[in-house]
Amino acid sequence: MLTAGIDIGAKTIKIIILDHGRITAKNLIVAGYDLRESLKKAWADIEAQSGLKVDDMEKIIATGAGRKEAPYASEAITDISAAAKGAKALNNSVRTVIDVGAEEARAVKVDQSGRVVDFAINEKCAAGTGAFTEAMARALEVPLEELGPLSLQSTQAVSMSAQCAVFAESELVTMVHNKTSKPDIARAIHDAIADRIVSMVRRVGLEEKVMLIGGVARNIGFVTSLKRELETEVIVPEDCEYVGAYGAALAPAGK
Amino acid sequence: MAEEYWRWTESRWTDPDLSWQDGRIITAGVDVGSVSSQAVILVDGRLYAYANTRTGSDSPNSAINVMNWALEDTDGLTLDKIQYTVGTGYGRVNVPFAQRTVTEIACHARGANFMYGPTVRTVLDMGGQDCKAIHCDDKGKVTNFLMNDKCAAGTGRGMEVFADLLGVSINEMGELSLQVEEEPPPVSSTCVVFAKSEAGGLLRAGWPKEKVLAAYTSAMARRVVSLLERIGLEEDFVITGGIAKNKGVVLRLEKELGVKALEAKYDTQIAGALGAALFAKDLAEKEKSKKK
Repeated sequence: MLTAGIDIGAKTIKIIILDHGRITAKNLIVAGYDLRESLKKAWADIEAQSGLKVDDMEKIIATGAGRKEAPYASEAITDISAAAKGAKALNNSVRTVIDVGAEEARAVKVDQSGRVVDFAINEKCAAGTGAFTEAMARALEVPLEELGPLSLQSTQAVSMSAQCAVFAESELVTMVHNKTSKPDIARAIHDAIADRIVSMVRRVGLEEKVMLIGGVARNIGFVTSLKRELETEVIVPEDCEYVGAYGAALAPAGK
Repeated sequence: MAEEYWRWTESRWTDPDLSWQDGRIITAGVDVGSVSSQAVILVDGRLYAYANTRTGSDSPNSAINVMNWALEDTDGLTLDKIQYTVGTGYGRVNVPFAQRTVTEIACHARGANFMYGPTVRTVLDMGGQDCKAIHCDDKGKVTNFLMNDKCAAGTGRGMEVFADLLGVSINEMGELSLQVEEEPPPVSSTCVVFAKSEAGGLLRAGWPKEKVLAAYTSAMARRVVSLLERIGLEEDFVITGGIAKNKGVVLRLEKELGVKALEAKYDTQIAGALGAALFAKDLAEKEKSKKK
Protein backbone atom coordinates (compact mmCIF):
# COMPACT_ATOMS: atom_id res chain seq x y z
CA MET A 1 0.00 0.00 0.00
CA LEU A 2 1.37 3.34 -1.07
CA THR A 3 0.76 6.47 0.98
CA ALA A 4 2.15 9.92 0.44
CA GLY A 5 2.75 12.77 2.85
CA ILE A 6 3.00 16.28 1.40
CA ASP A 7 4.37 19.10 3.54
CA ILE A 8 3.58 22.46 1.93
CA GLY A 9 5.85 24.86 3.72
CA ALA A 10 6.40 28.58 3.39
CA LYS A 11 9.44 28.04 1.23
CA THR A 12 9.61 24.42 0.16
CA ILE A 13 7.33 21.49 -0.60
CA LYS A 14 8.37 18.06 0.65
CA ILE A 15 6.91 14.75 -0.46
CA ILE A 16 7.50 11.38 1.16
CA ILE A 17 6.14 8.11 -0.24
CA LEU A 18 5.75 5.07 1.93
CA ASP A 19 5.28 1.55 0.71
CA HIS A 20 3.80 -0.46 3.56
CA GLY A 21 5.29 2.02 5.95
CA ARG A 22 8.77 2.15 4.43
CA ILE A 23 10.15 5.21 2.65
CA THR A 24 10.44 4.48 -1.07
CA ALA A 25 10.72 7.96 -2.55
CA LYS A 26 11.16 11.53 -1.49
CA ASN A 27 11.39 14.94 -3.13
CA LEU A 28 11.87 18.54 -2.11
CA ILE A 29 11.30 21.55 -4.31
CA VAL A 30 11.21 25.28 -3.74
CA ALA A 31 7.58 26.38 -3.84
CA GLY A 32 6.68 28.77 -6.66
CA TYR A 33 3.81 31.26 -6.78
CA ASP A 34 1.41 28.74 -8.21
CA LEU A 35 0.87 25.86 -5.80
CA ARG A 36 -0.72 23.57 -8.36
CA GLU A 37 2.17 24.06 -10.79
CA SER A 38 4.71 23.50 -8.05
CA LEU A 39 3.05 20.26 -6.95
CA LYS A 40 2.80 19.06 -10.54
CA LYS A 41 6.53 19.54 -10.90
CA ALA A 42 7.23 17.85 -7.57
CA TRP A 43 5.23 14.80 -8.63
CA ALA A 44 6.86 14.75 -12.05
CA ASP A 45 10.26 14.62 -10.34
CA ILE A 46 9.11 11.73 -8.17
CA GLU A 47 7.88 9.86 -11.19
CA ALA A 48 11.19 10.37 -12.95
CA GLN A 49 13.02 9.22 -9.85
CA SER A 50 10.95 6.19 -8.86
CA GLY A 51 8.31 5.55 -11.51
CA LEU A 52 5.59 6.25 -8.93
CA LYS A 53 2.68 8.47 -9.93
CA VAL A 54 0.30 10.48 -7.81
CA ASP A 55 -2.57 8.26 -8.97
CA ASP A 56 -0.78 5.22 -7.57
CA MET A 57 -1.21 6.54 -4.07
CA GLU A 58 -3.89 5.02 -1.96
CA LYS A 59 -3.85 7.91 0.44
CA ILE A 60 -2.34 11.38 0.30
CA ILE A 61 -2.16 13.43 3.47
CA ALA A 62 -1.09 17.04 3.51
CA THR A 63 0.48 19.15 6.21
CA GLY A 64 2.27 22.48 6.43
CA ALA A 65 1.12 26.08 6.02
CA GLY A 66 -0.50 25.33 2.67
CA ARG A 67 -2.16 22.03 3.59
CA LYS A 68 -5.72 23.27 3.15
CA GLU A 69 -5.11 24.34 -0.43
CA ALA A 70 -3.34 21.13 -1.39
CA PRO A 71 -4.72 19.58 -4.55
CA TYR A 72 -4.57 15.73 -4.66
CA ALA A 73 -4.63 15.36 -0.86
CA SER A 74 -7.60 13.65 0.74
CA GLU A 75 -6.81 14.74 4.29
CA ALA A 76 -4.76 17.24 6.19
CA ILE A 77 -3.09 17.12 9.57
CA THR A 78 -1.55 19.96 11.51
CA ASP A 79 2.19 20.66 11.50
CA ILE A 80 2.19 19.87 15.20
CA SER A 81 0.75 16.38 14.66
CA ALA A 82 3.01 15.73 11.70
CA ALA A 83 6.12 16.75 13.61
CA ALA A 84 5.14 14.59 16.58
CA LYS A 85 4.32 11.53 14.47
CA GLY A 86 7.38 11.79 12.28
CA ALA A 87 9.84 12.37 15.11
CA LYS A 88 8.43 9.58 17.26
CA ALA A 89 8.54 7.16 14.36
CA LEU A 90 12.22 7.94 13.80
CA ASN A 91 13.12 7.59 17.46
CA ASN A 92 10.74 6.26 20.06
CA SER A 93 12.56 7.94 22.96
CA VAL A 94 11.83 11.44 21.68
CA ARG A 95 9.76 13.58 24.05
CA THR A 96 10.50 17.11 22.75
CA VAL A 97 10.37 17.94 19.07
CA ILE A 98 11.76 21.26 17.84
CA ASP A 99 10.71 22.11 14.29
CA VAL A 100 12.34 25.18 12.73
CA GLY A 101 11.15 26.09 9.27
CA ALA A 102 11.51 28.95 6.86
CA GLU A 103 8.86 31.15 8.45
CA GLU A 104 7.54 29.25 11.46
CA ALA A 105 8.93 27.34 14.38
CA ARG A 106 7.30 24.95 16.83
CA ALA A 107 8.14 23.09 20.01
CA VAL A 108 6.06 19.95 20.54
CA LYS A 109 5.94 17.82 23.64
CA VAL A 110 4.92 14.19 23.18
CA ASP A 111 4.30 11.45 25.66
CA GLN A 112 5.35 7.81 25.56
CA SER A 113 2.58 6.84 23.22
CA GLY A 114 3.31 9.71 20.83
CA ARG A 115 0.36 11.82 21.87
CA VAL A 116 0.88 15.59 21.76
CA VAL A 117 0.69 16.89 25.33
CA ASP A 118 1.75 20.50 24.74
CA PHE A 119 3.08 22.76 22.04
CA ALA A 120 4.26 26.31 21.40
CA ILE A 121 4.38 28.11 18.06
CA ASN A 122 6.27 31.08 16.76
CA GLU A 123 4.38 32.09 13.68
CA LYS A 124 4.05 35.84 13.48
CA CYS A 125 7.64 36.81 13.73
CA ALA A 126 10.69 36.18 11.58
CA ALA A 127 12.98 35.88 14.60
CA GLY A 128 13.74 32.25 15.33
CA THR A 129 13.00 31.09 11.78
CA GLY A 130 14.92 30.49 8.59
CA ALA A 131 13.87 33.95 7.43
CA PHE A 132 16.09 35.42 10.14
CA THR A 133 19.20 33.56 9.02
CA GLU A 134 18.52 34.43 5.41
CA ALA A 135 18.22 38.12 6.20
CA MET A 136 21.39 38.07 8.29
CA ALA A 137 23.36 36.14 5.68
CA ARG A 138 22.38 38.78 3.13
CA ALA A 139 23.36 41.61 5.47
CA LEU A 140 26.71 39.98 6.22
CA GLU A 141 27.21 39.27 2.50
CA VAL A 142 27.87 35.58 3.07
CA PRO A 143 26.06 32.82 1.11
CA LEU A 144 23.46 31.18 3.34
CA GLU A 145 25.01 27.73 3.24
CA GLU A 146 28.36 29.15 4.41
CA LEU A 147 26.96 31.01 7.41
CA GLY A 148 26.87 27.94 9.65
CA PRO A 149 30.43 26.72 8.97
CA LEU A 150 31.68 30.32 9.28
CA SER A 151 30.22 30.65 12.76
CA LEU A 152 32.15 27.61 13.93
CA GLN A 153 35.34 29.59 13.38
CA SER A 154 34.28 32.13 15.96
CA THR A 155 36.74 32.79 18.77
CA GLN A 156 34.45 34.71 21.08
CA ALA A 157 30.82 35.08 21.92
CA VAL A 158 29.44 38.49 21.06
CA SER A 159 25.90 39.07 22.12
CA MET A 160 23.22 40.49 19.92
CA SER A 161 20.57 42.26 21.95
CA ALA A 162 18.00 42.38 19.17
CA GLN A 163 15.89 39.41 18.24
CA CYS A 164 13.89 41.18 15.58
CA ALA A 165 15.51 40.52 12.22
CA VAL A 166 15.19 44.16 11.20
CA PHE A 167 16.90 45.45 14.35
CA ALA A 168 19.45 42.66 14.29
CA GLU A 169 20.42 43.83 10.83
CA SER A 170 21.17 47.34 12.14
CA GLU A 171 23.07 45.81 15.03
CA LEU A 172 25.03 43.71 12.57
CA VAL A 173 26.00 46.82 10.62
CA THR A 174 27.27 48.42 13.83
CA MET A 175 29.26 45.27 14.64
CA VAL A 176 30.88 45.36 11.22
CA HIS A 177 31.61 49.06 11.77
CA ASN A 178 33.23 48.18 15.11
CA LYS A 179 35.42 45.62 13.35
CA THR A 180 33.89 42.54 14.97
CA SER A 181 35.05 39.53 12.94
CA LYS A 182 32.66 37.86 10.52
CA PRO A 183 32.88 34.46 12.28
CA ASP A 184 32.03 36.12 15.61
CA ILE A 185 29.08 37.94 14.02
CA ALA A 186 27.95 34.68 12.42
CA ARG A 187 28.01 33.01 15.81
CA ALA A 188 26.04 35.89 17.35
CA ILE A 189 23.40 35.40 14.66
CA HIS A 190 22.95 31.73 15.49
CA ASP A 191 22.99 32.42 19.23
CA ALA A 192 20.18 34.93 18.67
CA ILE A 193 17.94 32.43 16.88
CA ALA A 194 18.81 29.71 19.38
CA ASP A 195 17.79 32.12 22.18
CA ARG A 196 14.39 32.57 20.67
CA ILE A 197 13.90 28.86 20.06
CA VAL A 198 14.99 28.01 23.59
CA SER A 199 12.41 30.43 25.08
CA MET A 200 9.79 28.66 23.04
CA VAL A 201 10.99 25.23 24.17
CA ARG A 202 10.95 26.29 27.82
CA ARG A 203 7.27 27.18 27.41
CA VAL A 204 6.49 23.51 26.85
CA GLY A 205 9.20 22.27 29.16
CA LEU A 206 12.32 20.45 28.04
CA GLU A 207 12.33 16.67 28.31
CA GLU A 208 14.85 14.35 26.70
CA LYS A 209 15.22 12.97 24.17
CA VAL A 210 15.16 16.16 22.09
CA MET A 211 14.89 16.01 18.31
CA LEU A 212 15.43 18.94 15.94
CA ILE A 213 13.72 18.89 12.55
CA GLY A 214 13.00 21.29 9.70
CA GLY A 215 15.25 22.90 7.14
CA VAL A 216 17.11 25.13 9.58
CA ALA A 217 18.45 21.97 11.28
CA ARG A 218 20.85 21.74 8.33
CA ASN A 219 22.59 24.81 9.65
CA ILE A 220 25.49 23.50 11.75
CA GLY A 221 25.95 26.91 13.35
CA PHE A 222 22.38 26.92 14.61
CA VAL A 223 22.57 23.32 15.84
CA THR A 224 25.77 24.14 17.76
CA SER A 225 24.28 27.24 19.39
CA LEU A 226 21.10 25.35 20.25
CA LYS A 227 22.92 22.44 21.89
CA ARG A 228 25.03 24.88 23.86
CA GLU A 229 22.02 26.78 25.16
CA LEU A 230 19.82 23.81 25.86
CA GLU A 231 22.67 21.96 27.53
CA THR A 232 21.30 18.67 26.24
CA GLU A 233 22.01 16.37 23.36
CA VAL A 234 19.92 17.14 20.33
CA ILE A 235 19.17 14.47 17.74
CA VAL A 236 19.19 15.78 14.20
CA PRO A 237 17.91 13.12 11.79
CA GLU A 238 19.24 12.80 8.28
CA ASP A 239 16.68 14.37 5.93
CA CYS A 240 15.54 16.65 8.75
CA GLU A 241 13.30 18.65 6.38
CA TYR A 242 11.23 15.61 5.51
CA VAL A 243 10.10 14.66 8.98
CA GLY A 244 6.84 16.61 8.71
CA ALA A 245 5.95 14.97 5.41
CA TYR A 246 6.96 11.60 6.88
CA GLY A 247 4.66 12.15 9.82
CA ALA A 248 1.82 13.06 7.46
CA ALA A 249 2.40 9.92 5.38
CA LEU A 250 2.22 7.85 8.56
CA ALA A 251 -1.03 9.45 9.66
CA PRO A 252 -3.51 6.78 8.57
CA ALA A 253 -1.54 4.13 10.45
CA GLY A 254 -2.04 5.99 13.70
CA LYS A 255 -5.79 6.22 13.40
CA MET B 1 22.69 51.93 -3.31
CA ALA B 2 22.02 54.34 -6.15
CA GLU B 3 19.15 56.16 -4.44
CA GLU B 4 18.69 56.26 -0.72
CA TYR B 5 14.94 56.05 -0.33
CA TRP B 6 15.19 55.61 3.38
CA ARG B 7 16.98 58.94 3.89
CA TRP B 8 14.43 61.21 5.53
CA THR B 9 14.97 64.97 5.67
CA GLU B 10 17.12 66.26 8.49
CA SER B 11 16.32 69.72 9.80
CA ARG B 12 17.32 72.60 12.02
CA TRP B 13 15.54 75.77 13.10
CA THR B 14 16.09 78.93 15.13
CA ASP B 15 13.36 81.24 16.36
CA PRO B 16 14.04 84.53 14.54
CA ASP B 17 12.13 86.51 17.18
CA LEU B 18 14.13 85.40 20.21
CA SER B 19 17.57 86.53 21.22
CA TRP B 20 19.47 84.33 23.64
CA GLN B 21 21.51 87.27 24.94
CA ASP B 22 18.42 88.55 26.81
CA GLY B 23 17.83 85.18 28.41
CA ARG B 24 18.42 84.40 32.09
CA ILE B 25 18.52 80.61 31.86
CA ILE B 26 19.71 78.83 28.74
CA THR B 27 19.30 75.04 28.77
CA ALA B 28 19.56 72.20 26.32
CA GLY B 29 18.21 68.69 25.88
CA VAL B 30 19.82 66.03 23.70
CA ASP B 31 17.97 62.88 22.69
CA VAL B 32 20.19 60.24 21.07
CA GLY B 33 18.14 57.45 19.54
CA SER B 34 19.17 54.43 17.58
CA VAL B 35 17.94 55.98 14.34
CA SER B 36 17.79 59.74 14.93
CA SER B 37 19.17 62.33 17.34
CA GLN B 38 17.80 65.72 18.35
CA ALA B 39 19.15 68.72 20.27
CA VAL B 40 16.83 71.42 21.62
CA ILE B 41 17.86 74.76 23.13
CA LEU B 42 15.53 76.70 25.42
CA VAL B 43 15.91 80.30 26.51
CA ASP B 44 13.99 80.86 29.76
CA GLY B 45 11.89 77.83 28.92
CA ARG B 46 11.00 79.07 25.46
CA LEU B 47 11.90 77.07 22.36
CA TYR B 48 14.85 78.84 20.77
CA ALA B 49 16.55 76.39 18.41
CA TYR B 50 16.68 72.71 17.51
CA ALA B 51 18.32 70.23 15.15
CA ASN B 52 17.20 66.76 14.04
CA THR B 53 19.67 64.37 12.38
CA ARG B 54 20.32 60.71 11.61
CA THR B 55 22.32 58.99 14.35
CA GLY B 56 24.15 56.76 11.89
CA SER B 57 26.63 54.12 12.96
CA ASP B 58 28.80 56.67 14.78
CA SER B 59 26.53 57.05 17.81
CA PRO B 60 29.25 58.14 20.30
CA ASN B 61 29.66 61.39 18.37
CA SER B 62 26.00 61.81 17.57
CA ALA B 63 25.30 64.01 20.58
CA ILE B 64 28.01 66.56 19.86
CA ASN B 65 27.21 66.56 16.15
CA VAL B 66 23.53 67.31 16.61
CA MET B 67 24.30 69.88 19.33
CA ASN B 68 26.75 71.68 17.08
CA TRP B 69 24.21 71.78 14.32
CA ALA B 70 21.58 73.21 16.67
CA LEU B 71 24.09 75.91 17.70
CA GLU B 72 24.76 76.94 14.11
CA ASP B 73 22.84 80.06 13.14
CA THR B 74 22.23 81.10 16.75
CA ASP B 75 23.98 84.43 16.64
CA GLY B 76 27.11 83.25 18.41
CA LEU B 77 25.64 80.98 21.08
CA THR B 78 28.19 78.34 22.12
CA LEU B 79 28.04 75.20 24.26
CA ASP B 80 29.84 76.81 27.20
CA LYS B 81 27.09 79.43 27.50
CA ILE B 82 24.45 76.74 28.03
CA GLN B 83 23.94 76.44 31.77
CA TYR B 84 22.49 72.97 31.95
CA THR B 85 22.13 70.05 29.55
CA VAL B 86 20.11 66.90 30.07
CA GLY B 87 20.70 63.81 27.93
CA THR B 88 18.11 61.16 27.09
CA GLY B 89 17.22 58.44 24.60
CA TYR B 90 18.50 54.99 23.86
CA GLY B 91 22.00 56.37 23.73
CA ARG B 92 21.57 58.80 26.61
CA VAL B 93 24.77 57.62 28.19
CA ASN B 94 26.44 58.96 25.06
CA VAL B 95 25.81 62.64 25.76
CA PRO B 96 29.22 63.34 27.32
CA PHE B 97 28.56 67.05 27.94
CA ALA B 98 25.25 66.51 29.76
CA GLN B 99 25.09 67.20 33.49
CA ARG B 100 22.31 64.67 33.97
CA THR B 101 20.32 62.02 32.14
CA VAL B 102 16.59 61.49 32.41
CA THR B 103 14.59 58.55 31.04
CA GLU B 104 13.18 58.98 27.56
CA ILE B 105 9.67 58.15 28.77
CA ALA B 106 9.69 61.06 31.22
CA CYS B 107 11.20 63.38 28.61
CA HIS B 108 8.64 62.47 25.97
CA ALA B 109 5.72 63.11 28.29
CA ARG B 110 7.16 66.46 29.38
CA GLY B 111 7.96 67.43 25.81
CA ALA B 112 4.47 66.51 24.62
CA ASN B 113 2.96 68.60 27.43
CA PHE B 114 4.91 71.61 26.16
CA MET B 115 4.17 70.96 22.50
CA TYR B 116 0.47 70.23 22.79
CA GLY B 117 -0.62 71.69 26.11
CA PRO B 118 -1.85 70.48 29.50
CA THR B 119 -4.88 68.62 28.09
CA VAL B 120 -2.68 65.82 26.71
CA ARG B 121 -3.27 62.49 28.47
CA THR B 122 -1.99 59.92 25.95
CA VAL B 123 1.23 60.25 23.98
CA LEU B 124 2.01 57.76 21.25
CA ASP B 125 5.66 58.01 20.32
CA MET B 126 6.47 56.22 17.09
CA GLY B 127 10.22 56.23 16.93
CA GLY B 128 13.00 54.74 14.90
CA GLN B 129 13.13 51.39 16.64
CA ASP B 130 10.36 51.43 19.20
CA CYS B 131 6.81 52.49 19.88
CA LYS B 132 5.76 53.87 23.22
CA ALA B 133 2.30 54.56 24.57
CA ILE B 134 2.54 56.99 27.51
CA HIS B 135 -0.14 58.26 29.89
CA CYS B 136 0.57 61.58 31.57
CA ASP B 137 -1.10 64.18 33.76
CA ASP B 138 -1.64 67.87 33.10
CA LYS B 139 1.94 68.67 34.14
CA GLY B 140 3.42 66.15 31.72
CA LYS B 141 4.27 63.67 34.47
CA VAL B 142 4.15 59.99 33.45
CA THR B 143 1.35 57.97 35.04
CA ASN B 144 1.67 54.78 32.97
CA PHE B 145 3.43 53.49 29.88
CA LEU B 146 3.83 50.53 27.58
CA MET B 147 6.57 50.00 25.07
CA ASN B 148 7.30 47.76 22.13
CA ASP B 149 10.98 47.76 21.42
CA LYS B 150 11.42 44.16 20.38
CA CYS B 151 9.71 44.30 17.03
CA ALA B 152 10.14 46.49 13.97
CA ALA B 153 6.43 46.59 13.14
CA GLY B 154 5.16 50.13 13.39
CA THR B 155 8.62 51.66 13.76
CA GLY B 156 10.67 53.93 11.56
CA ARG B 157 13.02 51.09 10.65
CA GLY B 158 10.06 49.15 9.33
CA MET B 159 9.15 52.13 7.16
CA GLU B 160 12.71 52.42 5.89
CA VAL B 161 12.63 48.78 4.79
CA PHE B 162 9.49 49.47 2.80
CA ALA B 163 10.77 52.70 1.31
CA ASP B 164 13.69 50.71 -0.10
CA LEU B 165 11.53 47.82 -1.28
CA LEU B 166 9.14 50.05 -3.18
CA GLY B 167 11.70 52.60 -4.30
CA VAL B 168 9.68 55.42 -2.75
CA SER B 169 11.26 58.24 -0.78
CA ILE B 170 10.34 57.84 2.86
CA ASN B 171 9.15 61.46 3.00
CA GLU B 172 6.53 60.69 0.36
CA MET B 173 5.32 57.32 1.61
CA GLY B 174 2.49 58.75 3.66
CA GLU B 175 0.95 60.83 0.90
CA LEU B 176 1.39 58.06 -1.64
CA SER B 177 -0.38 55.52 0.56
CA LEU B 178 -3.44 57.76 0.54
CA GLN B 179 -3.70 57.83 -3.22
CA VAL B 180 -5.88 54.76 -3.42
CA GLU B 181 -9.53 54.87 -4.40
CA GLU B 182 -10.44 52.00 -2.18
CA GLU B 183 -8.60 50.86 0.89
CA PRO B 184 -7.11 47.40 0.17
CA PRO B 185 -7.05 44.74 2.89
CA PRO B 186 -3.99 45.07 5.15
CA VAL B 187 -1.06 42.73 4.55
CA SER B 188 -1.61 39.69 6.73
CA SER B 189 1.71 39.89 8.55
CA THR B 190 2.68 42.70 10.84
CA CYS B 191 6.20 41.29 10.93
CA VAL B 192 8.19 43.56 8.64
CA VAL B 193 10.20 40.65 7.23
CA PHE B 194 7.10 38.67 6.28
CA ALA B 195 5.20 41.75 5.19
CA LYS B 196 8.10 42.51 2.87
CA SER B 197 7.82 39.09 1.17
CA GLU B 198 4.07 39.53 0.99
CA ALA B 199 4.47 42.97 -0.56
CA GLY B 200 6.95 41.60 -3.09
CA GLY B 201 4.32 39.08 -4.13
CA LEU B 202 1.69 41.81 -4.47
CA LEU B 203 3.97 43.89 -6.66
CA ARG B 204 4.61 40.89 -8.88
CA ALA B 205 0.88 40.31 -9.08
CA GLY B 206 0.58 43.79 -10.55
CA TRP B 207 -0.44 45.88 -7.57
CA PRO B 208 0.61 49.53 -7.99
CA LYS B 209 2.95 50.97 -5.36
CA GLU B 210 0.28 53.08 -3.68
CA LYS B 211 -1.90 50.03 -3.14
CA VAL B 212 0.94 48.01 -1.61
CA LEU B 213 1.82 50.99 0.59
CA ALA B 214 -1.77 51.35 1.68
CA ALA B 215 -1.93 47.65 2.60
CA TYR B 216 1.31 47.82 4.57
CA THR B 217 0.47 51.10 6.30
CA SER B 218 -2.89 49.65 7.31
CA ALA B 219 -1.22 46.66 8.93
CA MET B 220 1.26 48.86 10.78
CA ALA B 221 -1.49 51.12 12.07
CA ARG B 222 -3.37 48.07 13.38
CA ARG B 223 -0.29 46.86 15.19
CA VAL B 224 0.09 50.18 16.95
CA VAL B 225 -3.61 50.31 17.80
CA SER B 226 -3.23 47.06 19.74
CA LEU B 227 -0.47 48.66 21.82
CA LEU B 228 -2.77 51.56 22.66
CA GLU B 229 -5.68 49.26 23.42
CA ARG B 230 -3.57 47.44 25.98
CA ILE B 231 -2.88 50.62 27.92
CA GLY B 232 -6.12 52.39 27.15
CA LEU B 233 -6.63 55.60 25.21
CA GLU B 234 -7.54 58.74 27.12
CA GLU B 235 -7.97 62.03 25.31
CA ASP B 236 -6.39 64.35 24.41
CA PHE B 237 -4.31 62.10 22.23
CA VAL B 238 -1.09 63.12 20.48
CA ILE B 239 1.49 61.41 18.30
CA THR B 240 5.20 62.19 18.43
CA GLY B 241 8.25 60.79 16.68
CA GLY B 242 9.18 60.52 13.05
CA ILE B 243 6.20 58.46 11.94
CA ALA B 244 3.86 61.21 13.16
CA LYS B 245 4.93 62.91 9.93
CA ASN B 246 3.49 60.04 7.87
CA LYS B 247 -0.06 61.13 7.09
CA GLY B 248 -0.95 57.68 5.83
CA VAL B 249 -0.24 56.12 9.24
CA VAL B 250 -1.79 58.95 11.24
CA LEU B 251 -5.08 59.01 9.34
CA ARG B 252 -5.48 55.23 9.47
CA LEU B 253 -4.65 55.20 13.17
CA GLU B 254 -7.21 57.90 13.89
CA LYS B 255 -9.80 56.00 11.90
CA GLU B 256 -9.21 52.72 13.78
CA LEU B 257 -9.18 54.46 17.15
CA GLY B 258 -12.11 56.72 16.39
CA VAL B 259 -10.10 59.54 17.94
CA LYS B 260 -8.29 62.44 16.32
CA ALA B 261 -4.81 63.34 17.45
CA LEU B 262 -4.11 67.00 18.25
CA GLU B 263 -2.43 68.83 15.41
CA ALA B 264 1.31 69.28 15.65
CA LYS B 265 2.66 72.81 15.68
CA TYR B 266 6.25 71.73 16.18
CA ASP B 267 8.50 69.12 14.60
CA THR B 268 7.19 65.90 16.14
CA GLN B 269 10.64 64.40 16.45
CA ILE B 270 11.89 66.88 19.06
CA ALA B 271 9.55 65.81 21.90
CA GLY B 272 12.22 63.86 23.80
CA ALA B 273 14.93 66.49 23.53
CA LEU B 274 12.43 69.22 24.36
CA GLY B 275 11.33 67.44 27.52
CA ALA B 276 14.99 66.94 28.43
CA ALA B 277 15.68 70.67 27.97
CA LEU B 278 12.71 71.46 30.25
CA PHE B 279 14.07 69.14 32.94
CA ALA B 280 17.38 70.93 32.45
CA LYS B 281 15.64 74.25 33.21
CA ASP B 282 14.16 72.85 36.44
CA LEU B 283 17.56 71.57 37.49
CA ALA B 284 19.31 74.82 36.56
CA GLU B 285 16.79 76.81 38.64
CA LYS B 286 17.21 74.46 41.59
CA GLU B 287 20.95 74.94 41.46
CA LYS B 288 20.59 78.71 41.30
CA SER B 289 18.29 78.80 44.32
CA LYS B 290 20.69 76.57 46.29
CA LYS B 291 23.48 79.04 45.71
CA LYS B 292 21.48 81.90 47.24
